[in-house]
Amino acid sequence: MPKFVAKFCYMSIQNPEKIFQDKVDAEVRIEPKDWMPEKYRQTLIRQISQHAHSEIVGMLPEGNWISRAPSLKRKQILIAKVQDEAGHGLYLYSAAETLGITRDQMYDQLHSGKAKYSSIFNYPTLNWADMGTVGWLVDGAAIMNQVPLCRTSFGPYSRAMIRVCKEESFHQRQGFEALLVLSKGNPDQRAMVQDAIDRWWWPSLMMFGPNDSESLHSEQSMKWKIKRFSNDELRQRFVDMVAEQVKLLGMTLPDPDLKWNEERKHYDFGTINWDEFWNVVNGNGPCNKQRLDARKNAWEAGAWVREAAQAHADKRINRKQKAA
Amino acid sequence: MQKHLFTYLLHLADNALVLGQRNAEWTGHGPVLEQDIAITNISLDLIGQARHFYQYAAKGFNQMAAEEKTAADQLLPRIWKSYGRELEEDDLAMLRDEHQYRNLLITELPKGDWAFSILRQYFFSVFQFYQYEALQCSTDPDIAAIAEKSIKETAYHVRWSAEWVIRLGDGTNESHQRIRQALSELWMFTGEFFEASPFETSLASTGTGADPAAIKQKWMDAVSVVFSEAGLDIPVAPALQSGGKKGIHTEYMGYLLAEMQFLQRTYPNAQW
Repeated sequence: MPKFVAKFCYMSIQNPEKIFQDKVDAEVRIEPKDWMPEKYRQTLIRQISQHAHSEIVGMLPEGNWISRAPSLKRKQILIAKVQDEAGHGLYLYSAAETLGITRDQMYDQLHSGKAKYSSIFNYPTLNWADMGTVGWLVDGAAIMNQVPLCRTSFGPYSRAMIRVCKEESFHQRQGFEALLVLSKGNPDQRAMVQDAIDRWWWPSLMMFGPNDSESLHSEQSMKWKIKRFSNDELRQRFVDMVAEQVKLLGMTLPDPDLKWNEERKHYDFGTINWDEFWNVVNGNGPCNKQRLDARKNAWEAGAWVREAAQAHADKRINRKQKAA
Repeated sequence: MQKHLFTYLLHLADNALVLGQRNAEWTGHGPVLEQDIAITNISLDLIGQARHFYQYAAKGFNQMAAEEKTAADQLLPRIWKSYGRELEEDDLAMLRDEHQYRNLLITELPKGDWAFSILRQYFFSVFQFYQYEALQCSTDPDIAAIAEKSIKETAYHVRWSAEWVIRLGDGTNESHQRIRQALSELWMFTGEFFEASPFETSLASTGTGADPAAIKQKWMDAVSVVFSEAGLDIPVAPALQSGGKKGIHTEYMGYLLAEMQFLQRTYPNAQW
Protein backbone atom coordinates (compact mmCIF):
# COMPACT_ATOMS: atom_id res chain seq x y z
CA MET A 1 0.00 0.00 0.00
CA PRO A 2 1.46 3.24 -1.03
CA LYS A 3 2.02 5.67 1.68
CA PHE A 4 0.08 8.86 1.43
CA VAL A 5 2.50 11.43 2.56
CA ALA A 6 1.36 14.97 2.44
CA LYS A 7 3.94 17.08 0.91
CA PHE A 8 4.07 20.73 1.84
CA CYS A 9 4.99 23.15 -0.75
CA TYR A 10 7.23 25.78 0.82
CA MET A 11 7.02 29.09 -0.96
CA SER A 12 10.25 30.83 -0.69
CA ILE A 13 9.60 33.76 1.60
CA GLN A 14 12.48 36.08 1.88
CA ASN A 15 13.28 37.34 5.27
CA PRO A 16 12.19 41.04 5.34
CA GLU A 17 14.86 41.87 7.84
CA LYS A 18 17.45 40.59 5.37
CA ILE A 19 15.99 42.63 2.50
CA PHE A 20 16.07 45.65 4.75
CA GLN A 21 19.65 45.15 5.84
CA ASP A 22 20.74 44.45 2.26
CA LYS A 23 19.27 47.75 1.19
CA VAL A 24 21.00 49.56 4.01
CA ASP A 25 24.28 47.89 3.16
CA ALA A 26 23.86 48.85 -0.48
CA GLU A 27 23.26 52.48 0.54
CA VAL A 28 19.68 52.41 -0.73
CA ARG A 29 17.55 54.82 1.31
CA ILE A 30 14.75 53.38 3.42
CA GLU A 31 11.48 55.21 2.75
CA PRO A 32 8.49 55.57 5.11
CA LYS A 33 6.38 52.87 3.44
CA ASP A 34 9.18 50.31 3.29
CA TRP A 35 9.27 47.49 5.78
CA MET A 36 11.61 48.27 8.63
CA PRO A 37 12.42 46.63 11.95
CA GLU A 38 10.30 48.05 14.75
CA LYS A 39 13.44 48.85 16.69
CA TYR A 40 14.78 50.85 13.73
CA ARG A 41 11.54 52.83 13.60
CA GLN A 42 11.65 53.50 17.34
CA THR A 43 15.31 54.46 17.26
CA LEU A 44 14.65 56.93 14.48
CA ILE A 45 11.60 58.43 16.18
CA ARG A 46 13.68 58.89 19.29
CA GLN A 47 16.60 60.40 17.43
CA ILE A 48 14.71 62.64 14.99
CA SER A 49 12.27 63.95 17.58
CA GLN A 50 15.14 64.60 19.97
CA HIS A 51 16.82 66.50 17.20
CA ALA A 52 13.65 68.48 16.44
CA HIS A 53 13.16 69.30 20.12
CA SER A 54 16.78 70.48 20.28
CA GLU A 55 16.10 72.95 17.48
CA ILE A 56 13.00 74.29 19.21
CA VAL A 57 14.51 74.50 22.70
CA GLY A 58 17.68 75.85 21.07
CA MET A 59 15.70 78.92 19.99
CA LEU A 60 15.47 80.02 23.62
CA PRO A 61 19.09 80.71 24.65
CA GLU A 62 19.68 82.71 21.47
CA GLY A 63 16.25 84.32 21.53
CA ASN A 64 17.39 85.63 24.91
CA TRP A 65 19.62 88.18 23.14
CA ILE A 66 17.38 89.33 20.28
CA SER A 67 16.04 92.31 22.19
CA ARG A 68 19.58 93.37 23.18
CA ALA A 69 21.52 92.74 19.99
CA PRO A 70 24.01 95.61 19.72
CA SER A 71 23.30 96.71 16.15
CA LEU A 72 20.42 96.45 13.73
CA LYS A 73 22.46 94.23 11.45
CA ARG A 74 23.30 91.84 14.30
CA LYS A 75 19.68 91.88 15.38
CA GLN A 76 18.55 90.85 11.89
CA ILE A 77 21.16 88.11 11.68
CA LEU A 78 20.21 86.74 15.07
CA ILE A 79 16.47 86.79 14.40
CA ALA A 80 17.02 85.10 11.05
CA LYS A 81 19.15 82.46 12.70
CA VAL A 82 16.61 81.67 15.39
CA GLN A 83 13.95 81.55 12.71
CA ASP A 84 16.05 79.04 10.76
CA GLU A 85 16.08 76.86 13.85
CA ALA A 86 12.30 76.95 13.99
CA GLY A 87 12.35 75.89 10.34
CA HIS A 88 14.69 73.00 11.11
CA GLY A 89 12.36 71.92 13.89
CA LEU A 90 9.49 72.02 11.44
CA TYR A 91 11.03 69.74 8.85
CA LEU A 92 12.47 67.38 11.41
CA TYR A 93 9.05 66.99 13.05
CA SER A 94 7.67 66.31 9.59
CA ALA A 95 10.33 63.68 8.93
CA ALA A 96 9.49 61.99 12.25
CA GLU A 97 5.78 62.09 11.41
CA THR A 98 6.41 59.82 8.43
CA LEU A 99 7.28 57.14 10.99
CA GLY A 100 3.81 57.19 12.53
CA ILE A 101 3.95 59.68 15.36
CA THR A 102 2.25 63.09 15.46
CA ARG A 103 3.84 66.39 16.29
CA ASP A 104 1.49 66.77 19.27
CA GLN A 105 2.60 63.39 20.61
CA MET A 106 6.22 64.45 20.29
CA TYR A 107 5.46 67.70 22.13
CA ASP A 108 3.82 65.69 24.89
CA GLN A 109 6.96 63.62 25.21
CA LEU A 110 9.07 66.74 25.40
CA HIS A 111 6.84 68.45 27.94
CA SER A 112 6.56 65.37 30.15
CA GLY A 113 10.33 64.97 30.17
CA LYS A 114 10.15 61.59 28.40
CA ALA A 115 11.93 62.91 25.30
CA LYS A 116 15.27 64.57 25.63
CA TYR A 117 16.84 67.45 23.73
CA SER A 118 20.46 68.43 23.43
CA SER A 119 21.78 69.26 26.88
CA ILE A 120 23.84 72.13 25.56
CA PHE A 121 20.73 74.32 25.61
CA ASN A 122 20.48 73.97 29.36
CA TYR A 123 23.36 76.39 29.72
CA PRO A 124 22.65 80.13 29.98
CA THR A 125 23.66 82.80 27.45
CA LEU A 126 25.20 85.48 29.61
CA ASN A 127 26.94 87.98 27.40
CA TRP A 128 26.74 89.11 23.78
CA ALA A 129 29.77 87.06 22.78
CA ASP A 130 27.74 83.97 23.69
CA MET A 131 25.82 84.53 20.44
CA GLY A 132 28.96 84.22 18.36
CA THR A 133 30.30 81.41 20.51
CA VAL A 134 27.13 79.38 20.28
CA GLY A 135 27.31 79.74 16.50
CA TRP A 136 30.94 78.81 16.33
CA LEU A 137 31.20 76.02 18.91
CA VAL A 138 27.68 74.70 19.40
CA ASP A 139 26.65 74.86 15.76
CA GLY A 140 30.15 73.71 14.86
CA ALA A 141 29.80 70.60 17.03
CA ALA A 142 26.28 70.07 15.71
CA ILE A 143 27.56 70.14 12.14
CA MET A 144 30.23 67.54 12.93
CA ASN A 145 27.44 65.31 14.19
CA GLN A 146 25.02 66.18 11.43
CA VAL A 147 27.00 66.11 8.22
CA PRO A 148 27.23 62.29 8.33
CA LEU A 149 23.45 62.23 8.85
CA CYS A 150 22.98 63.63 5.34
CA ARG A 151 23.81 60.05 4.27
CA THR A 152 21.81 58.35 7.00
CA SER A 153 19.78 55.36 5.86
CA PHE A 154 16.28 56.81 6.41
CA GLY A 155 15.35 58.93 3.37
CA PRO A 156 13.25 61.73 4.93
CA TYR A 157 15.79 62.26 7.70
CA SER A 158 18.71 62.34 5.31
CA ARG A 159 16.96 64.84 3.03
CA ALA A 160 16.01 67.07 5.97
CA MET A 161 19.60 66.99 7.17
CA ILE A 162 20.96 68.16 3.84
CA ARG A 163 18.99 71.40 4.24
CA VAL A 164 19.76 71.71 7.92
CA CYS A 165 23.49 71.31 7.37
CA LYS A 166 23.64 73.99 4.71
CA GLU A 167 22.05 76.51 7.05
CA GLU A 168 24.04 75.38 10.05
CA SER A 169 27.36 75.87 8.35
CA PHE A 170 26.22 79.37 7.42
CA HIS A 171 25.40 79.99 11.11
CA GLN A 172 28.77 78.72 12.15
CA ARG A 173 30.55 81.14 9.84
CA GLN A 174 28.35 83.99 11.03
CA GLY A 175 29.17 83.10 14.63
CA PHE A 176 32.87 83.05 14.00
CA GLU A 177 32.71 86.34 12.09
CA ALA A 178 30.88 87.99 15.01
CA LEU A 179 33.61 86.78 17.36
CA LEU A 180 36.33 87.97 15.02
CA VAL A 181 34.90 91.50 15.15
CA LEU A 182 34.71 91.38 18.94
CA SER A 183 38.22 89.97 19.22
CA LYS A 184 39.49 93.07 17.44
CA GLY A 185 37.43 95.34 19.67
CA ASN A 186 38.06 96.96 23.02
CA PRO A 187 39.32 95.07 26.10
CA ASP A 188 35.78 94.63 27.43
CA GLN A 189 34.72 93.01 24.18
CA ARG A 190 37.73 90.71 24.13
CA ALA A 191 37.00 89.72 27.73
CA MET A 192 33.45 88.85 26.68
CA VAL A 193 34.78 86.50 24.02
CA GLN A 194 37.17 84.71 26.36
CA ASP A 195 34.50 84.42 29.03
CA ALA A 196 32.05 82.93 26.53
CA ILE A 197 34.62 80.44 25.22
CA ASP A 198 35.51 79.41 28.77
CA ARG A 199 31.88 78.62 29.53
CA TRP A 200 30.94 76.90 26.25
CA TRP A 201 34.04 74.83 25.46
CA TRP A 202 33.47 71.81 27.70
CA PRO A 203 29.70 71.64 27.17
CA SER A 204 30.39 71.67 23.40
CA LEU A 205 32.67 68.65 23.75
CA MET A 206 29.92 66.90 25.67
CA MET A 207 27.61 67.35 22.68
CA PHE A 208 29.25 64.35 21.04
CA GLY A 209 27.86 62.13 23.76
CA PRO A 210 29.53 59.63 26.07
CA ASN A 211 32.82 57.97 25.20
CA ASP A 212 32.44 55.11 22.75
CA SER A 213 32.97 52.56 25.51
CA GLU A 214 29.94 53.97 27.35
CA SER A 215 27.63 54.76 24.46
CA LEU A 216 24.31 52.97 24.75
CA HIS A 217 22.85 52.96 21.26
CA SER A 218 25.93 53.18 19.10
CA GLU A 219 26.57 49.69 17.82
CA GLN A 220 23.14 48.93 16.41
CA SER A 221 22.89 52.45 14.95
CA MET A 222 26.16 51.98 13.11
CA LYS A 223 24.90 48.73 11.61
CA TRP A 224 21.70 50.44 10.45
CA LYS A 225 23.72 53.36 9.14
CA ILE A 226 21.70 55.77 11.25
CA LYS A 227 25.06 56.66 12.62
CA ARG A 228 28.33 56.57 10.69
CA PHE A 229 31.11 57.69 12.98
CA SER A 230 31.66 57.09 16.65
CA ASN A 231 31.25 59.79 19.29
CA ASP A 232 34.96 59.89 20.05
CA GLU A 233 35.97 60.08 16.39
CA LEU A 234 33.76 63.09 15.82
CA ARG A 235 34.82 64.75 19.05
CA GLN A 236 38.47 64.44 18.05
CA ARG A 237 37.78 66.04 14.68
CA PHE A 238 36.06 68.91 16.42
CA VAL A 239 38.90 69.47 18.87
CA ASP A 240 41.43 69.46 16.02
CA MET A 241 39.43 72.06 14.13
CA VAL A 242 38.66 74.41 17.01
CA ALA A 243 42.16 74.27 18.49
CA GLU A 244 43.39 75.88 15.29
CA GLN A 245 40.52 78.36 14.82
CA VAL A 246 40.80 79.74 18.34
CA LYS A 247 44.25 81.04 17.45
CA LEU A 248 42.72 83.33 14.84
CA LEU A 249 40.71 84.95 17.59
CA GLY A 250 43.74 85.39 19.80
CA MET A 251 41.88 83.49 22.53
CA THR A 252 42.55 80.25 24.40
CA LEU A 253 40.58 77.11 25.16
CA PRO A 254 40.19 76.41 28.89
CA ASP A 255 42.10 73.12 28.87
CA PRO A 256 45.68 72.94 30.20
CA ASP A 257 46.05 69.46 28.68
CA LEU A 258 45.30 70.60 25.15
CA LYS A 259 48.43 69.81 23.14
CA TRP A 260 49.31 68.76 19.59
CA ASN A 261 50.37 65.12 19.52
CA GLU A 262 52.80 64.68 16.66
CA GLU A 263 52.60 60.91 16.82
CA ARG A 264 48.81 60.71 16.64
CA LYS A 265 48.57 63.76 14.37
CA HIS A 266 45.76 64.94 16.61
CA TYR A 267 45.33 67.23 19.56
CA ASP A 268 45.31 65.57 22.96
CA PHE A 269 42.82 67.07 25.35
CA GLY A 270 41.79 66.81 28.98
CA THR A 271 39.16 64.61 30.57
CA ILE A 272 35.55 65.64 30.25
CA ASN A 273 33.63 66.06 33.48
CA TRP A 274 31.07 63.32 32.89
CA ASP A 275 29.41 63.92 36.25
CA GLU A 276 28.43 67.35 35.01
CA PHE A 277 27.27 65.84 31.72
CA TRP A 278 24.96 63.33 33.41
CA ASN A 279 23.72 65.92 35.87
CA VAL A 280 22.59 68.15 33.05
CA VAL A 281 21.14 65.23 31.07
CA ASN A 282 19.19 64.21 34.16
CA GLY A 283 17.61 67.61 34.58
CA ASN A 284 19.96 69.40 36.94
CA GLY A 285 21.68 71.80 34.56
CA PRO A 286 21.49 75.54 35.16
CA CYS A 287 18.54 76.11 32.79
CA ASN A 288 16.75 72.75 32.45
CA LYS A 289 13.70 73.93 34.34
CA GLN A 290 13.64 77.35 32.73
CA ARG A 291 13.84 75.93 29.18
CA LEU A 292 11.18 73.30 29.68
CA ASP A 293 8.91 75.76 31.48
CA ALA A 294 9.25 78.22 28.59
CA ARG A 295 8.21 75.54 26.10
CA LYS A 296 5.34 74.32 28.27
CA ASN A 297 4.12 77.86 28.87
CA ALA A 298 4.18 78.67 25.17
CA TRP A 299 2.23 75.50 24.45
CA GLU A 300 -0.33 75.97 27.22
CA ALA A 301 -0.78 79.70 26.65
CA GLY A 302 -1.28 78.97 22.96
CA ALA A 303 -3.97 76.32 23.48
CA TRP A 304 -6.85 78.77 23.01
CA VAL A 305 -5.25 80.05 19.79
CA ARG A 306 -5.01 76.56 18.31
CA GLU A 307 -8.58 75.79 19.40
CA ALA A 308 -9.81 78.99 17.78
CA ALA A 309 -8.03 78.20 14.52
CA GLN A 310 -9.58 74.73 14.49
CA ALA A 311 -13.05 76.02 15.35
CA HIS A 312 -12.88 78.62 12.60
CA ALA A 313 -11.67 76.06 10.06
CA ASP A 314 -14.55 73.72 11.01
CA LYS A 315 -17.07 76.55 10.71
CA ARG A 316 -15.80 77.41 7.26
CA ILE A 317 -16.21 73.84 6.08
CA ASN A 318 -19.73 73.73 7.53
CA ARG A 319 -20.70 76.98 5.86
CA LYS A 320 -19.33 75.75 2.56
CA GLN A 321 -21.27 72.50 2.82
CA LYS A 322 -24.47 74.35 3.67
CA ALA A 323 -24.00 76.67 0.75
CA ALA A 324 -23.42 73.76 -1.65
CA MET B 1 17.87 117.26 3.51
CA GLN B 2 15.71 119.46 5.68
CA LYS B 3 14.72 118.92 9.26
CA HIS B 4 11.15 117.92 8.39
CA LEU B 5 12.32 115.21 6.05
CA PHE B 6 14.89 113.99 8.57
CA THR B 7 12.16 113.83 11.24
CA TYR B 8 9.80 112.04 8.88
CA LEU B 9 12.40 109.39 8.06
CA LEU B 10 12.96 108.84 11.76
CA HIS B 11 9.22 108.54 12.27
CA LEU B 12 8.90 105.88 9.54
CA ALA B 13 11.97 104.02 10.79
CA ASP B 14 10.97 104.20 14.46
CA ASN B 15 7.52 102.75 13.75
CA ALA B 16 9.04 99.78 11.98
CA LEU B 17 11.85 99.20 14.45
CA VAL B 18 9.77 99.44 17.61
CA LEU B 19 7.07 97.11 16.31
CA GLY B 20 9.76 94.75 15.00
CA GLN B 21 11.33 94.74 18.44
CA ARG B 22 8.00 93.93 20.07
CA ASN B 23 7.11 91.15 17.63
CA ALA B 24 10.48 89.48 18.13
CA GLU B 25 9.46 88.89 21.74
CA TRP B 26 7.28 86.09 20.34
CA THR B 27 10.25 84.30 18.80
CA GLY B 28 10.46 80.88 20.44
CA HIS B 29 7.23 81.45 22.34
CA GLY B 30 4.54 81.39 19.66
CA PRO B 31 1.35 79.33 19.99
CA VAL B 32 2.07 77.25 16.86
CA LEU B 33 5.48 76.64 15.34
CA GLU B 34 4.42 77.88 11.89
CA GLN B 35 3.05 81.10 13.41
CA ASP B 36 6.15 81.58 15.51
CA ILE B 37 8.03 81.61 12.21
CA ALA B 38 5.49 83.97 10.60
CA ILE B 39 5.53 86.66 13.28
CA THR B 40 9.31 86.42 13.48
CA ASN B 41 9.41 86.97 9.76
CA ILE B 42 7.29 90.08 10.07
CA SER B 43 9.65 91.31 12.73
CA LEU B 44 12.56 90.79 10.34
CA ASP B 45 10.77 92.63 7.54
CA LEU B 46 10.05 95.58 9.80
CA ILE B 47 13.61 95.85 11.08
CA GLY B 48 14.82 95.69 7.49
CA GLN B 49 12.50 98.55 6.54
CA ALA B 50 13.69 100.55 9.55
CA ARG B 51 17.28 100.10 8.43
CA HIS B 52 16.53 101.53 5.00
CA PHE B 53 15.00 104.65 6.51
CA TYR B 54 17.72 105.10 9.14
CA GLN B 55 20.45 104.67 6.56
CA TYR B 56 18.84 107.25 4.33
CA ALA B 57 18.32 109.63 7.27
CA ALA B 58 21.94 109.27 8.37
CA LYS B 59 23.23 109.84 4.86
CA GLY B 60 20.96 112.86 4.45
CA PHE B 61 22.09 114.30 7.74
CA ASN B 62 25.78 113.89 6.93
CA GLN B 63 25.23 115.88 3.74
CA MET B 64 23.30 118.70 5.43
CA ALA B 65 24.59 122.25 5.48
CA ALA B 66 25.75 123.48 8.87
CA GLU B 67 22.61 125.51 9.62
CA GLU B 68 20.37 122.56 8.69
CA LYS B 69 22.34 120.37 11.05
CA THR B 70 21.80 122.87 13.82
CA ALA B 71 18.08 122.84 13.13
CA ALA B 72 17.98 119.06 13.48
CA ASP B 73 20.18 119.09 16.57
CA GLN B 74 17.46 118.23 19.07
CA LEU B 75 16.87 114.89 17.34
CA LEU B 76 20.48 113.76 17.51
CA PRO B 77 21.91 111.46 20.16
CA ARG B 78 24.02 113.38 22.62
CA ILE B 79 26.61 110.60 23.00
CA TRP B 80 27.21 110.42 19.26
CA LYS B 81 28.30 114.07 19.25
CA SER B 82 31.37 113.10 21.25
CA TYR B 83 32.39 110.41 18.71
CA GLY B 84 33.73 112.83 16.13
CA ARG B 85 32.56 110.78 13.16
CA GLU B 86 29.67 110.75 10.69
CA LEU B 87 26.21 109.68 11.77
CA GLU B 88 25.31 106.00 11.19
CA GLU B 89 22.08 104.02 11.30
CA ASP B 90 22.88 102.43 14.65
CA ASP B 91 23.52 105.80 16.28
CA LEU B 92 19.95 106.70 15.47
CA ALA B 93 18.48 103.42 16.64
CA MET B 94 20.64 102.72 19.63
CA LEU B 95 21.51 106.09 21.13
CA ARG B 96 18.56 108.44 20.84
CA ASP B 97 16.62 109.11 24.00
CA GLU B 98 12.97 108.34 24.38
CA HIS B 99 11.81 111.91 23.67
CA GLN B 100 13.72 111.82 20.37
CA TYR B 101 11.83 108.76 19.15
CA ARG B 102 8.94 109.57 16.79
CA ASN B 103 7.07 106.26 16.59
CA LEU B 104 3.34 105.83 17.05
CA LEU B 105 2.35 104.85 20.58
CA ILE B 106 0.55 101.73 19.34
CA THR B 107 3.85 100.19 18.23
CA GLU B 108 5.47 100.37 21.66
CA LEU B 109 2.72 98.76 23.76
CA PRO B 110 3.73 95.43 25.34
CA LYS B 111 2.96 92.42 23.18
CA GLY B 112 0.06 91.19 25.32
CA ASP B 113 -1.58 87.93 24.28
CA TRP B 114 -1.79 86.59 20.72
CA ALA B 115 -5.04 88.49 20.12
CA PHE B 116 -3.45 91.77 21.16
CA SER B 117 -0.34 91.30 19.02
CA ILE B 118 -2.42 90.18 16.03
CA LEU B 119 -4.88 93.05 16.18
CA ARG B 120 -2.13 95.62 16.71
CA GLN B 121 -0.29 94.18 13.71
CA TYR B 122 -3.42 94.29 11.60
CA PHE B 123 -4.24 97.91 12.48
CA PHE B 124 -0.66 98.99 11.88
CA SER B 125 -0.12 97.03 8.68
CA VAL B 126 -3.28 98.33 7.03
CA PHE B 127 -2.16 101.86 7.84
CA GLN B 128 1.40 101.21 6.74
CA PHE B 129 0.17 99.65 3.50
CA TYR B 130 -1.73 102.81 2.50
CA GLN B 131 1.15 104.96 3.67
CA TYR B 132 3.61 103.07 1.47
CA GLU B 133 1.10 103.12 -1.36
CA ALA B 134 1.21 106.92 -1.25
CA LEU B 135 4.97 107.02 -0.69
CA GLN B 136 5.64 104.94 -3.79
CA CYS B 137 4.79 108.15 -5.65
CA SER B 138 6.94 110.34 -3.42
CA THR B 139 8.89 113.09 -5.16
CA ASP B 140 11.86 111.85 -3.17
CA PRO B 141 13.23 108.92 -5.19
CA ASP B 142 14.83 107.20 -2.17
CA ILE B 143 11.59 107.21 -0.23
CA ALA B 144 9.70 106.00 -3.30
CA ALA B 145 12.17 103.14 -3.74
CA ILE B 146 12.00 102.05 -0.10
CA ALA B 147 8.20 102.20 -0.19
CA GLU B 148 8.06 100.16 -3.37
CA LYS B 149 10.22 97.45 -1.88
CA SER B 150 8.49 97.47 1.49
CA ILE B 151 4.88 97.46 0.35
CA LYS B 152 5.23 93.91 -0.95
CA GLU B 153 6.16 92.78 2.54
CA THR B 154 3.43 94.85 4.13
CA ALA B 155 0.80 93.39 1.79
CA TYR B 156 1.68 90.00 3.25
CA HIS B 157 1.54 91.36 6.82
CA VAL B 158 -1.96 92.68 6.13
CA ARG B 159 -3.11 89.37 4.69
CA TRP B 160 -1.62 87.29 7.48
CA SER B 161 -2.92 89.46 10.32
CA ALA B 162 -6.38 89.88 8.73
CA GLU B 163 -6.73 86.11 8.49
CA TRP B 164 -5.89 85.82 12.17
CA VAL B 165 -8.31 88.59 13.18
CA ILE B 166 -11.05 86.64 11.40
CA ARG B 167 -9.93 83.33 12.86
CA LEU B 168 -9.96 84.68 16.40
CA GLY B 169 -13.14 86.69 16.00
CA ASP B 170 -14.97 83.74 14.41
CA GLY B 171 -13.23 80.95 16.41
CA THR B 172 -14.30 80.03 19.93
CA ASN B 173 -16.06 82.05 22.61
CA GLU B 174 -12.74 82.51 24.33
CA SER B 175 -10.93 83.76 21.25
CA HIS B 176 -13.81 86.11 20.48
CA GLN B 177 -13.71 87.52 24.00
CA ARG B 178 -9.96 87.93 23.84
CA ILE B 179 -9.93 89.81 20.58
CA ARG B 180 -12.73 92.04 21.80
CA GLN B 181 -10.68 92.76 24.88
CA ALA B 182 -7.66 93.56 22.68
CA LEU B 183 -9.86 95.85 20.60
CA SER B 184 -11.03 97.75 23.64
CA GLU B 185 -7.41 98.28 24.71
CA LEU B 186 -6.04 99.16 21.27
CA TRP B 187 -8.74 101.29 19.76
CA MET B 188 -7.82 104.44 21.67
CA PHE B 189 -4.38 104.39 20.01
CA THR B 190 -5.64 104.17 16.42
CA GLY B 191 -6.49 107.87 16.10
CA GLU B 192 -2.81 108.76 16.12
CA PHE B 193 -2.34 107.12 12.71
CA PHE B 194 -4.35 109.87 11.03
CA GLU B 195 -3.40 112.87 13.13
CA ALA B 196 -0.99 114.82 10.93
CA SER B 197 2.03 116.24 12.71
CA PRO B 198 3.63 119.44 11.39
CA PHE B 199 6.38 117.51 9.60
CA GLU B 200 3.80 115.29 7.87
CA THR B 201 1.66 118.22 6.79
CA SER B 202 4.68 120.03 5.41
CA LEU B 203 5.99 117.02 3.49
CA ALA B 204 2.57 116.01 2.20
CA SER B 205 2.19 119.47 0.69
CA THR B 206 5.32 119.01 -1.41
CA GLY B 207 4.50 115.43 -2.42
CA THR B 208 7.43 114.03 -0.47
CA GLY B 209 5.39 112.45 2.30
CA ALA B 210 1.96 110.89 2.72
CA ASP B 211 -0.97 112.76 4.24
CA PRO B 212 -2.11 110.53 7.09
CA ALA B 213 -5.54 112.14 7.27
CA ALA B 214 -6.18 111.03 3.69
CA ILE B 215 -5.62 107.41 4.73
CA LYS B 216 -8.33 107.37 7.37
CA GLN B 217 -11.30 106.48 5.18
CA LYS B 218 -9.45 103.73 3.33
CA TRP B 219 -8.29 102.31 6.62
CA MET B 220 -11.81 102.37 8.06
CA ASP B 221 -13.21 100.67 4.96
CA ALA B 222 -10.63 97.89 5.04
CA VAL B 223 -11.06 97.32 8.76
CA SER B 224 -14.85 97.25 8.42
CA VAL B 225 -14.73 94.44 5.87
CA VAL B 226 -12.48 92.26 8.00
CA PHE B 227 -14.38 93.10 11.18
CA SER B 228 -17.68 92.08 9.67
CA GLU B 229 -16.21 88.71 8.74
CA ALA B 230 -14.72 88.42 12.21
CA GLY B 231 -17.99 89.34 13.90
CA LEU B 232 -16.50 92.44 15.50
CA ASP B 233 -17.95 95.95 15.72
CA ILE B 234 -16.01 99.13 15.12
CA PRO B 235 -15.96 100.83 18.53
CA VAL B 236 -17.73 104.15 18.98
CA ALA B 237 -15.28 105.17 21.70
CA PRO B 238 -12.97 108.07 20.84
CA ALA B 239 -9.37 107.25 19.84
CA LEU B 240 -7.51 110.07 21.44
CA GLN B 241 -4.22 108.64 22.73
CA SER B 242 -1.37 110.25 20.87
CA GLY B 243 1.99 111.87 21.47
CA GLY B 244 4.50 109.55 19.82
CA LYS B 245 5.10 111.82 16.84
CA LYS B 246 5.99 114.61 19.26
CA GLY B 247 8.24 112.40 21.35
CA ILE B 248 5.83 111.98 24.24
CA HIS B 249 5.58 108.25 24.84
CA THR B 250 3.94 105.70 27.09
CA GLU B 251 5.69 104.42 30.19
CA TYR B 252 6.50 101.20 28.31
CA MET B 253 8.84 102.89 25.88
CA GLY B 254 11.68 103.57 28.30
CA TYR B 255 12.03 99.91 29.17
CA LEU B 256 12.02 98.89 25.53
CA LEU B 257 14.84 101.31 24.77
CA ALA B 258 16.79 100.47 27.92
CA GLU B 259 16.92 96.85 26.82
CA MET B 260 17.51 97.51 23.14
CA GLN B 261 20.21 100.13 23.62
CA PHE B 262 22.13 98.78 26.57
CA LEU B 263 25.22 97.47 24.76
CA GLN B 264 25.73 100.57 22.62
CA ARG B 265 25.35 102.79 25.67
CA THR B 266 27.57 100.68 27.92
CA TYR B 267 30.38 100.43 25.37
CA PRO B 268 30.26 103.72 23.45
CA ASN B 269 31.45 103.72 19.85
CA ALA B 270 32.47 100.06 19.85
CA GLN B 271 32.29 97.93 16.70
CA TRP B 272 29.94 94.94 16.83
